[in-house]
Amino acid sequence: MQSDYDVIVVGAGPGGSWAAKTAAEKGAQVLLLEKDREVGVPVRCGEAIGTASLRAVCEPEPLPRGIANGISGAVLVAPNGREVVLDWGQEVGAILDRKVFDYELSLMAAAQGVEIRTKAYVYDVIRNGANGNGSISGVRVQHLGKNYDVRAKIVIGADGIESRVGRFAGLRTFTKLKDMESCMQVTLANVTNIDRRYIYLLFGREVAPGGYLWIFPKSETVANVGIGISGEYARHKSAQRYLQEFIDRRFPKAAAVYTVVGGVTCAPTLEKIVADGVMLVGDAAHQINPMSGGGIVTAMLAGKIAGRVAAAAIARDDFSSQSLEPYAQEWHAAQGKNHERLYKIKQAVYKFTDDELNRTAEAVLAKKPEERTLINVFKAALIRHPSLIFDVLKVFMS
Amino acid sequence: MIGVINDKCDFCGTCVAVCPFDAIDLYEARIAINQRCTDCMLCVWICPVETLALIDEQGKMTPRAAAEFTA
Repeated sequence: MQSDYDVIVVGAGPGGSWAAKTAAEKGAQVLLLEKDREVGVPVRCGEAIGTASLRAVCEPEPLPRGIANGISGAVLVAPNGREVVLDWGQEVGAILDRKVFDYELSLMAAAQGVEIRTKAYVYDVIRNGANGNGSISGVRVQHLGKNYDVRAKIVIGADGIESRVGRFAGLRTFTKLKDMESCMQVTLANVTNIDRRYIYLLFGREVAPGGYLWIFPKSETVANVGIGISGEYARHKSAQRYLQEFIDRRFPKAAAVYTVVGGVTCAPTLEKIVADGVMLVGDAAHQINPMSGGGIVTAMLAGKIAGRVAAAAIARDDFSSQSLEPYAQEWHAAQGKNHERLYKIKQAVYKFTDDELNRTAEAVLAKKPEERTLINVFKAALIRHPSLIFDVLKVFMS
Repeated sequence: MIGVINDKCDFCGTCVAVCPFDAIDLYEARIAINQRCTDCMLCVWICPVETLALIDEQGKMTPRAAAEFTA
């Protein structure tokens, strides 16, 4: 480890690796720090992804390894058990093996000359100014029993929902309780009666209030079974209890081979994602689709923009927040705006009573199978919220 | 005062993310509540696996997960 870099990226998830890779590609000297001993572990993710958007964000690179199973449809399950099958007739999504996927992305970053350290815990930042209260100019890292001061022109915090970098930089990173989904997932072996081509999303107050329960098949007999419930409801009963009840009921014979818990911020992007010498990427910046809770591709997209903007800022030797602001603007145009619309839609949909959800399912089932599309599901759901239909159309057009 | 059951904790950071007072420190495999805590309960409510709980002045836990509290 040198004592000086152009860019330090904190966190080697997809957002961090992609930011590091892009910045290095554009000529920056980059150090990527991961607090855990291995990139990709522990997995904190449902692992579902849209293939087209993944392909687009990886361009010109090929799709990385780590795709476990192709997905060509979704089964939406209403509270009364009625199933709406949306079949795209071709592979549109995938369930990943994040352990492999994240590792592959870090290798792609390394191939561009990014230096990577695991078991490297950033416990503080270095600041400019005589009193140590100026802007951030590096990080303090604990690595294999030693402490290091490492300087950088730009620090990119891709360090997840608890983002320490964001807090150090004085950015308001905390999530309101109602916007935080309390989540738990178990990877189950010996699951029965699932179609591996489909993801299953279950809705309802008894099943997953203010969120949904998911079954994401990784093979014929293995699936990620997880739940996210809004913080508003989690206070009455925890995600763990909801999930355990479901698994006992639906997959009593299955074996749990991996358990993961975590939070997913379902809110618009943070108001400020840059500061002097600092950029936030991915979960740290709340760059998660507020409707689906998906954040892999969005983090990679943000990382790609951030990496490019960082390299350009270094080339002109200006690391002020103003110089980094194009990152925030480009992100807003690319996805941030969409997330604001999705957030409005989510707020309406997640307040639905079970009756409203059941009625929506019936309305979609009344249509011909070829008309059972995601956009029509939203249209049926929001029939009493006409102002939101515009947002739905906007989201689907972009 | 908020108590932590470190045995149950997965160190996922969700409590840190909802804390408005920056009162929770997450280390590699340990979380600690610092003196900025106001007992607002947000972390207790959001934890997916009931790792956190309120301890009253008598040192007793509130009902949630009380039986499992060991720390």
